[in-house]
Amino acid sequence: MFVRYFLLSENFVLYLSILYFVVLSLFYPHMASTRNLTNVSSNMWPLFALVVGQMFVLIVGGIDLSQTSIMAFVSVIGAMLMTSQLDPVLFENNLLWGTLLAETGGPLGGSVLATPVGMLVMLGVGSLVGLINGVSVAKLKMPPFMVTLVSMMFFSGLAVFATRSENIMHLPASFVAIGRVQAGFISHSFFIALALAVGAYYTLRHTILGQWFYAVGKNMRTSVVSGVPAQKVVILAYVFSGFCAGAASILYSARLEAGRPTLGQDVLLDVIGAAVIGGISLYGGKGKVHWALFGVLFFALLANSLNMMNLSFFTVQIVKGSIILLAAMVDVARNRLVVREAV
Amino acid sequence: MSEINILEFEGISKAFFGMDALKDVSFSLPTGHIVGLVGENGAGKSTLMNILGGVIQPDKGRMLLKGQEYTPRGPGQASAAGIAFIHQELNLFMNLSICDNIFIDRFPKVGKLPFIDKRQARRKTAELLEMVEMDVSPNLLVERLSPGQRQLVEIAKALSIGAEIIIFDEPTTSLTAGETEKLFSIIARLKAAGKSIFYISHNLGNVLELADEIVVIRDGEVMDVDSKQQYTIGRMISKMVGRTIDQMYPPRESSHSDEVALKVDHLSQPGVVKDINFEVRKGEVLGLFGLMGSGRTELARMIFGLDDYGSGQVLVAGRVMEKRSPQKSIASGMAFVTEDRREEGLFMDDTILSNLSIVSIDDYRRRGPVSSLDRQKMSRCAGEVADSLHIKCGRIDKDAVQNLSGGNQQKVVIGKWILTEPSVFIIDEPTRGIDVGAKHEVYSLINELAGKGTGILFVSSELEELMGGCDRIIVMSNGEIQDVFDKAQFDGQTILHAAFKGHKRHSAAREVNSE
Repeated sequence: MFVRYFLLSENFVLYLSILYFVVLSLFYPHMASTRNLTNVSSNMWPLFALVVGQMFVLIVGGIDLSQTSIMAFVSVIGAMLMTSQLDPVLFENNLLWGTLLAETGGPLGGSVLATPVGMLVMLGVGSLVGLINGVSVAKLKMPPFMVTLVSMMFFSGLAVFATRSENIMHLPASFVAIGRVQAGFISHSFFIALALAVGAYYTLRHTILGQWFYAVGKNMRTSVVSGVPAQKVVILAYVFSGFCAGAASILYSARLEAGRPTLGQDVLLDVIGAAVIGGISLYGGKGKVHWALFGVLFFALLANSLNMMNLSFFTVQIVKGSIILLAAMVDVARNRLVVREAV
Repeated sequence: MSEINILEFEGISKAFFGMDALKDVSFSLPTGHIVGLVGENGAGKSTLMNILGGVIQPDKGRMLLKGQEYTPRGPGQASAAGIAFIHQELNLFMNLSICDNIFIDRFPKVGKLPFIDKRQARRKTAELLEMVEMDVSPNLLVERLSPGQRQLVEIAKALSIGAEIIIFDEPTTSLTAGETEKLFSIIARLKAAGKSIFYISHNLGNVLELADEIVVIRDGEVMDVDSKQQYTIGRMISKMVGRTIDQMYPPRESSHSDEVALKVDHLSQPGVVKDINFEVRKGEVLGLFGLMGSGRTELARMIFGLDDYGSGQVLVAGRVMEKRSPQKSIASGMAFVTEDRREEGLFMDDTILSNLSIVSIDDYRRRGPVSSLDRQKMSRCAGEVADSLHIKCGRIDKDAVQNLSGGNQQKVVIGKWILTEPSVFIIDEPTRGIDVGAKHEVYSLINELAGKGTGILFVSSELEELMGGCDRIIVMSNGEIQDVFDKAQFDGQTILHAAFKGHKRHSAAREVNSE
């Protein structure tokens, strides 16, 4: 009975995370230390921001592979605007050298407006790339996998091209402060992720647009016949995904104190993995904000514990992959239980 | 154990989760006869056929096949025993050829080598196709065949495994009148060749025409078995529903006003429809009749703004509709019940509540700076409609529509549009695949809506229901309106003739002759 309740509960992944944490803490007491928890939390929030965005695209039955490239591209754009100093040796060959970029940094270098404007531009550019994805999928009827795969390649290429593969340092202090790791869960990045989550929760739960997201993901044709503005809804999902990628890029770049053209290259697996573990369906129509949170929590704990075990990168990948597969299997088993329950 | 009956059911019972699906069912299929099996949806016909096909096993009772006890443990054993199903939804591979479909699980080999003897397979396929009167190449892909031809391929496949018992489950739903006639002549030939046949259908007229004996099932029990000569459609219906339906159709008094609710003006789309003109007045039920491929559904979709049209206009309450989209049509007061309930009408795994409220969702918006959804109002409105339509369910916010019967699903589709209080209601094949009782309710509902002043365009391929429920009928064929009939002029023969007009001459001649 207890096992059944445990398996069928909507908070299954949360319970699983707690169980995992408790068991692992017995073997690795360091896991429960404040310092480590702070570390887990600061790893969680940027990933959470990405998963929340990805969730909208998954709900409308798509997939956004370009999120991490959007992050890298946006990171580079933002840093170019905000940096206050560039090394001529590294950037002299840049196409923008002498026009936008100089030894004294980017256009906003040193200005008090650098941080707010820079952040707005980062969010805006992220949304814009999302818009391109969304229009290609909804209006031009191209398959989401293809569209976002291509924009993944294109924008990560563009990010590297624009910087000649160099990191852009010397970002404003007020920007870097966003990423500063503080004790406990309360940090700037926590608040930014929280704001995204609350907005997403409210939209999905309490607005008409939210009902439309689910409707489009469940059955496109029925939605169209029922007067749902399906194309707009799909486009909005990708825009929001891009917006969240922009937000995540702010969090990551601030923590790295640099604009990095290869930012988040290996995070894509984590994003999709956390979403799937959380129970967000790849077939569309299903997903909730707290599911995303639980998925991210589990993934962050998993990654953290694997780090602690001092395993190689490859071993970590193997374990992560197996866990995602396991999660998919558990999901199937749970669905079977639910069906039996319903009968 | 006489050899007169190829198959006998003896006291078959089956319960699912404590609910009796079949109770002590006994009857037999005489060799070389056609037995019609009728009953409402959920009466137990499918359960019985699934037991025959080995998909499920009975709790009690036994089956005798040619006097031998027959206990199939799976569909494979059933087909090995010579029992073949022609399903409602056909089980063909669209991307493969006719020949590949027929021999998919037992291709002839070249000697003992693991290579397919294509030539032999093709020759055998050609023979089989000749038996079902199909004049096409065995190499033709199934996706290029019409629904009727696909059915014939299924029959050919049944013949190829040497089936002795063939079960037809609603074979005519997607066929044109001509194809239906052809199917019937082939069924008659199969019978003449000594095959024994179960014919399951909601079309009681067809059952009466074809069957030698008729078995009526209700609530898992055999209610009535008799030879065809003893039956009338009235007797079948009263046994099926347990009460006498004097009339299939509720009485209809036309009392429409002269105000025009919907006007279609010179609507054309090359290759689909040509110069369509008509008006639906407030409170009028206008029937749109046409055979498959006549353009009736396409026209309905264009009027609602789902498909494009090249020229012409659609006017709702005198206003020209521009920049067409379903959203704009809905805003102007149109509603559209699609012919494809599962794929276009409903979110099958979603709740009744979500399904009912999706179109009218804007009405549940709370006023304020952040427009949130008033869920209480939403459930109240949806609940009222569910009650007034007598949708049989537990809780509308918990039950998924996929667990409802076809009739109740259709009521959900109609209900979601009623919530928008439409002034023009386009209804495409509203009674497809639902049982007699639910059909009656749908007709009453249409009457009721018309009584409130809604203009109704009732699209159907069942002439009888249009004659029973409409004030006027327009007849389409080949993308054009052929004729318009007022209620006083309703006559099945004449309307059918109009529907065949404009078909290619040779096929039209054949089809009219067989009518």
